[in-house]
Amino acid sequence: MTTPRVAVVVFPGTWSDRDFLDVADSLGWAARAVWHTETRLDAIDAVALPGGFAHGDHLRAGAIARFSPVMRAVSDFAAQGGPVIGSCNGFQILSEAGLLPGALLRNDHLEFRCAWQWLRVDAATGPFLGTMRDADLIRLPISHGEGRYYADEATLDDLEASGRVVLRYTDADGRAVAEANPNGSMRSIAGIVNERGNILGLMPHPERAADPETGGTDGLAFFRALDAWLARQPARAERRL
Amino acid sequence: MFGAMWSEHCAYKHSRPLLATLPSEGERVLVGPGENAGALDIGDGLAVVFKVESHNHPSAVEPYQGAATGVGGIIRDIFTMGARPIALLNSLRFGPLDSEDDPTGGTDDAAAARNRYLFGGVVAGIAGYGNCIGIPDVGGELAFDPGYSGNPLVNAMCVGIASHQITLARAAGVGNTLLLVGAATGRDGIQGASFASAALGEDRDRQRPAVQVGNPFLEKLLMEACLELSGSEAVVGMQDLGAAGLTCALAELASRGGVGVEVNLDRVPCRETGLTPYELLLSESQERMLIVVRAGREPEVQAVFARFDLQAVPIGTVIAEPVVRCRAGGEVACSVPARALTEDAPRYVPDAVPPADLELRRSMDLRPLAALPPDEETLLELLGAPNVRSRRPIWQRYDHMNGTRTMVPPGSGDAAVLRIKGTARALAISLDGPGRLGALDPRLAAASAVLEGALNVACSGAEPIGITNCLNFGSPETTRGYWELREAVAGMAEACTALGIPIVSGNVSLYNETPDGPILPTPVIGSVGLLEHRSALLRMGWTDGDDIWLVGEPGVDVAGLAGSELAWRRGFRGGAPRLDIPAAVRLIRLVPQLARAGLVRGAHDLSIGGLGVALARMAIASDAGATVARPAPRAAPTAALYGESVGRVLLSVSPRRAADLEAAARDAGVEASRIGSAGGPALRIDVGDVELAVGLDSLRSAYEQPF
Repeated sequence: MTTPRVAVVVFPGTWSDRDFLDVADSLGWAARAVWHTETRLDAIDAVALPGGFAHGDHLRAGAIARFSPVMRAVSDFAAQGGPVIGSCNGFQILSEAGLLPGALLRNDHLEFRCAWQWLRVDAATGPFLGTMRDADLIRLPISHGEGRYYADEATLDDLEASGRVVLRYTDADGRAVAEANPNGSMRSIAGIVNERGNILGLMPHPERAADPETGGTDGLAFFRALDAWLARQPARAERRL
Repeated sequence: MFGAMWSEHCAYKHSRPLLATLPSEGERVLVGPGENAGALDIGDGLAVVFKVESHNHPSAVEPYQGAATGVGGIIRDIFTMGARPIALLNSLRFGPLDSEDDPTGGTDDAAAARNRYLFGGVVAGIAGYGNCIGIPDVGGELAFDPGYSGNPLVNAMCVGIASHQITLARAAGVGNTLLLVGAATGRDGIQGASFASAALGEDRDRQRPAVQVGNPFLEKLLMEACLELSGSEAVVGMQDLGAAGLTCALAELASRGGVGVEVNLDRVPCRETGLTPYELLLSESQERMLIVVRAGREPEVQAVFARFDLQAVPIGTVIAEPVVRCRAGGEVACSVPARALTEDAPRYVPDAVPPADLELRRSMDLRPLAALPPDEETLLELLGAPNVRSRRPIWQRYDHMNGTRTMVPPGSGDAAVLRIKGTARALAISLDGPGRLGALDPRLAAASAVLEGALNVACSGAEPIGITNCLNFGSPETTRGYWELREAVAGMAEACTALGIPIVSGNVSLYNETPDGPILPTPVIGSVGLLEHRSALLRMGWTDGDDIWLVGEPGVDVAGLAGSELAWRRGFRGGAPRLDIPAAVRLIRLVPQLARAGLVRGAHDLSIGGLGVALARMAIASDAGATVARPAPRAAPTAALYGESVGRVLLSVSPRRAADLEAAARDAGVEASRIGSAGGPALRIDVGDVELAVGLDSLRSAYEQPF
């Protein structure tokens, strides 16, 4: 099996890049940080847009980052079916860039919230969830002030009907009840994928749940799923930009 | 310039002769007091760099920006030395948030509303800055007392790890260039250092221009650029611009390096036109740094800053003549010997006299308090008191996991524990002040704070290796204020000497006074402990079937109630507290030893609320009750349960290891007694005549209340 090559995009103000790279290193992956002014991604297998405050979240989270030069390359990579994961600020950037539907609004309680959160896997498919099973319960950290998922009813219905709501906030028993919703997200949505299924946006931080020493390992499932998905893809080296 | 530089904030003119008496040396000390922060060797070629600093006055006037820039300032102190900041902690003090929370009845609704505004703003400011820059906020403390009404305390600590040569804040090499980096200079924070060195008056709202405005995004860029440069030979020295702005940075760089600097103020990038040399020299605009760069290597340094969209402008050079000389519009605006601004600041040793009513207060008879029944209502009242209850509503607003080092997060232990990646080691960190003891005995209060911090760290299984301190006091120009300061410094020195650990950095915040009077003397201690191997990590908690041991000075004396939360709530604001420093030191040495030997499964030190609250917190943390019988058979039950004397821990131990534990404690000269066992749905404490029995749910709902 070949080593996954992952580009971790770093905007001014990004901070989860190091945590992503540390997990990738611990798995023996060939991950590299890509500064936001770069226009080429070269030979890579996946892109990660990590958490942080890209461009200070000025104007609106992700609103300026979508114009960073690297985003054209990310977009092109995704258009060819390349796997892209955006967590926290990365999800906000993907939605601002129009690569995922909907928007992330300020938490309904108006405060930043950092906590461990139960999540239910509602569609265990695609490059980042393919090795999980539907209805799996996982525990990941959240850490955001603007994570309230919002879309119009038609979009929400469409997302649900096409199985693209992949993660929901739940309690420890897997119930998506209001008390377990940490930010007021519509229909308790924590993560979605695009129509093709290769772009995942989620507010929780899988890279923070990769070591028992720091509280949990459920986040490793996203990395393992990608590894397994890549192993099944033919002619990897040809997907270059 | 002299007004700012000779302020207490910059020159420590009342405190320096006292601070010189503090122990600051030790085998691990790489950098002691006098630099931007202290540094200790932690093996593997790594250093821990840390400091605590106050931002009390700005926070009293503009709480959000005051607290935010306090966090920003202490982070700059750490990365200026080439260390990557890995953790923030805060020690906060406010007046009561509700008038009924003040047993003295001295807090009216308007004062409580003002306190609530300050509290909300400070927490939001800390969250706003720390979350954005991406440094986890892992711990600290919060306390309320009427003495802090209108004069809150906001102390921020930052801890970093350096993996190479530490960058010092000194100029060297005649002809080398001074680069001013980061934000443009504006009219914010003019004379902030002087403002921080006077009592808060009725006109505090008009002092708002003395408060700076923070930009955590800009500081994140500055931090990444400086860290990228910190190993570079092109950089000779770095100094951040904090209190007294350019004046202080230039004077300190020159004075520490034994050289001078010549600066062209016309080159300072400004965010508005028409700044006078006075304003340029004294502005405290945030997120600025001075970098001393080897002549000829400016382009490579500027290129790094440019990548982060930061300007790096040459504003002057290092000269041999030991002066700070600034020109503006071709004229010399100032030319001052550097040492005159720093080292030659006046030193004052005023008269020191204890407060007139101290002896009367200390002679208060606490036996009537000890005779009160230790009922369940008292335990629940203490557990839910604003000074005791869960701090979750605050720390869940702080990103406390960023960097994936946090092994023991806030609320889960006596100290925060962070692993050091790439090694087997971990750091245990705590930030702690002495509660009300300062009102009764500032010397004992400071010694208690040092020992309490060391015990917090020890209860994580770590050896305390050094401390940083923030001395929050009233005006040193009063005989009472100076006496309190002098006593506290003596107490700190005594405890540190007994522990054999150095004080490597610190900060003094004096003039914490409002027209209503001074604050309680509040020495706040930041403690750093080292776990050589993470397998020795201890957490707060027990599991069903564990034996529960009370280890350390039994603390059954009525004196343990002096300064306690219960005494204050019941109006007993007096008494003479006691502290056995050698006994506490023996305990602090014993606990990590037990942890390494694998004898202990969980630990928690007794602090506010005494044994009763400590047992309840262990039960809540473990989601398991306990049965405790006659923890102190010879004592008045209320003194035994709610006395707060420092130097006691609860340990959970496998029943099979009882004999080993007993032997280890005996060898160390530490008292230890098995007081009960863990398990069941309730906390049951038999105190002789009565048995307290409280279900876990009741404990939890008392403890987990919003503010």
